[in-house]
Amino acid sequence: MANDDTHQAPPEDGGQGIPAPSGAANLIDTDYVIGQDNIKSSKFGIDFDLHGKVFTFSALVILIFVVLTLALPDQMGPLFAGAKGWLTNNLSWVFLLAANIFVILTVALIFTPLGKVRLGGADAKPDFSYAGWFAMLFAAGMGIGLMFYGVSEPMTHFGTSVNGGSWAPLAGAEGDTDGAIRLSMASTIYHWGLHPWGTYAVVALALALFSYNKGLPLTMRSIFYPVLGERIWGWPGHVIDILAVFATLFGLATSLGLGATQASAGLEYLFGIPNNNVTMVLLILGITIVALGSVVAGVDKGVQRLSQLNMTLAFLLLFFVIGVGPTLAIATGFFDNLLAYFQELPALSMPFGRDDSNFVGGWTAFYWAWWISWSPFVGMFIARVSRGRSVREFLIAVLLVPMLVSVLWMTAFGSTAIDQLLAGFEGARDAANELQLFEMLGQLPLSAVTSFVGIVLVLVFFITSSDSGSLVIDSITAGGKVDAPKPQRIFWALIEGFIAIALLLGGGLEALQAAVLTTGLPFALILLVGCYSIVKGLMSEPRG
Amino acid sequence: MFQHIMVPVDLAHMDTLEPALGVVADMARHYDANITYVGITTGTPSSVARTPGEYEQKLEAFAQQRHSVHGRPVTAKVYQSPDPIANMDDLLVDAVDDTNADLVIMATHLPRSLDAIIPANGDKVAARTSSSIFLVRAPQDK
Repeated sequence: MANDDTHQAPPEDGGQGIPAPSGAANLIDTDYVIGQDNIKSSKFGIDFDLHGKVFTFSALVILIFVVLTLALPDQMGPLFAGAKGWLTNNLSWVFLLAANIFVILTVALIFTPLGKVRLGGADAKPDFSYAGWFAMLFAAGMGIGLMFYGVSEPMTHFGTSVNGGSWAPLAGAEGDTDGAIRLSMASTIYHWGLHPWGTYAVVALALALFSYNKGLPLTMRSIFYPVLGERIWGWPGHVIDILAVFATLFGLATSLGLGATQASAGLEYLFGIPNNNVTMVLLILGITIVALGSVVAGVDKGVQRLSQLNMTLAFLLLFFVIGVGPTLAIATGFFDNLLAYFQELPALSMPFGRDDSNFVGGWTAFYWAWWISWSPFVGMFIARVSRGRSVREFLIAVLLVPMLVSVLWMTAFGSTAIDQLLAGFEGARDAANELQLFEMLGQLPLSAVTSFVGIVLVLVFFITSSDSGSLVIDSITAGGKVDAPKPQRIFWALIEGFIAIALLLGGGLEALQAAVLTTGLPFALILLVGCYSIVKGLMSEPRG
Repeated sequence: MFQHIMVPVDLAHMDTLEPALGVVADMARHYDANITYVGITTGTPSSVARTPGEYEQKLEAFAQQRHSVHGRPVTAKVYQSPDPIANMDDLLVDAVDDTNADLVIMATHLPRSLDAIIPANGDKVAARTSSSIFLVRAPQDK
């Protein structure tokens, strides 16, 4: 089973063998040379350097899915939707249980001596400042979702909680307004708090550890080394990487398509710009062009700067809502909601014996499948920018800080919207999902400005997802190389935009999004292996 | 005329480097110049080295091997970057400043249509430094 043939790296004195990354670390002894299965050429003046099998089969699988979804929309749509429904309803316990394990492990690691291990070796220095690093973590992780669900989710849970029933979290608090507010905020924060970030943290930590400290390539297959050993270089590894490319590309393309639909609705609401296919295609093209510029400029000058711009705008909007909204209620609500979240956490995360089955299947398991299917992309990107951080520092930044930001964000946007509803404004509650944020902002001063900032934020969050996603896919299909030729990353950014446009015009965005969700199941199992690998990998690392 | 020659080296593509290395040896001997070989690596494992430390060792060994060919004093300098492909130009410009080189000799490819979008590194370095830049074409491009 487990492969134990690691060796203590010799000191950096020119001795035999491979020197440690930066200071003491424990490299895995393998003969595999990164890129040995790659195909390299510079035909037509365009350089490329690709993993033959992973690239070819990923491209084929992607092509087949797009063609099938476009050619047989009536068959494929219900098939994917059925598979998604079956998974989230019948196997919700798998998702809940797995996500609980991710959270318990990642929180526990913060407090154990293993938290002292440094990614990249004991003397490694971080590549990015705290501000740049955190902005990138957050923008890749969930930025866009907070824009759409910050108002929508607390309002929905509040509505179901007041009425009670199996769609209400923990069967609701029928007729009890204060109880319903408390439950709605606790369950929203539950979906945006420790569990999603714990999921990302498992993938990111496993990849960072096995790449920076163990010397394996930065691709999903490396997580499996403690279990599969040298077999990860063969088909078992190829399949894991192909699955990661599939989930990342379709996750991004479908989000891009659905996001364009929502942004277009927002533009019509704000400026009266016609909400049609032309607007949506132009939006996708615009996002893709800026994302192209960003991938060419690279992680430091492209992704990092856009993420920082996004964070600045997001915090300005957040503080504006706190300032002009019910400030005192938000301030006290922050602590009340945090407390309610921790009090309800055991009940909300219980995988068995629930009497709110629709809430568990339709909300929690759906979210968990979504976070898990996104975890290869987000986790890999987080790993890429986290060299030089200690495990403890890493987990605090990837787990605890985003959780607190989510609590503040959901409290500010959700409480304000619920406050408006209780004061008699029903516009936000009755609006379509994508417009609820703008309806809520419409009740506050300077709504033309804040709504515009909201639209810009939505678009830039899409750009930062698109560019970091292209870098991730490029690296996986290049066999773990992060220094593959530039045209490859351009290729992936373009493909993402084209697939989004094809599915938008031809139909099938929702069908493919359902297909992406079904990858949540295999990845849940992959991530459980990741948990084992993390512990095993950290145990063999020098601490200090 | 020249006292310090800087030579960017891509250890993953030694074949394309060969003609430039011959020019470096000739120029260094002609001007009695010192040479700094500059390499850029990732923090993640790459095809050349599994750790930045291993990359440094390999570049140092390469520099010493070149010293045995041309006999001029050599140093090796490694820059590490999370995205070396995108940051190449900036890092090379920094390296020119850091090494105080008055001549940069680097391998390059023939002009191609893609240069309009992604200019050759030599173009960028020449545009942004005051040192002399000598670009050497790879023979297979001719």
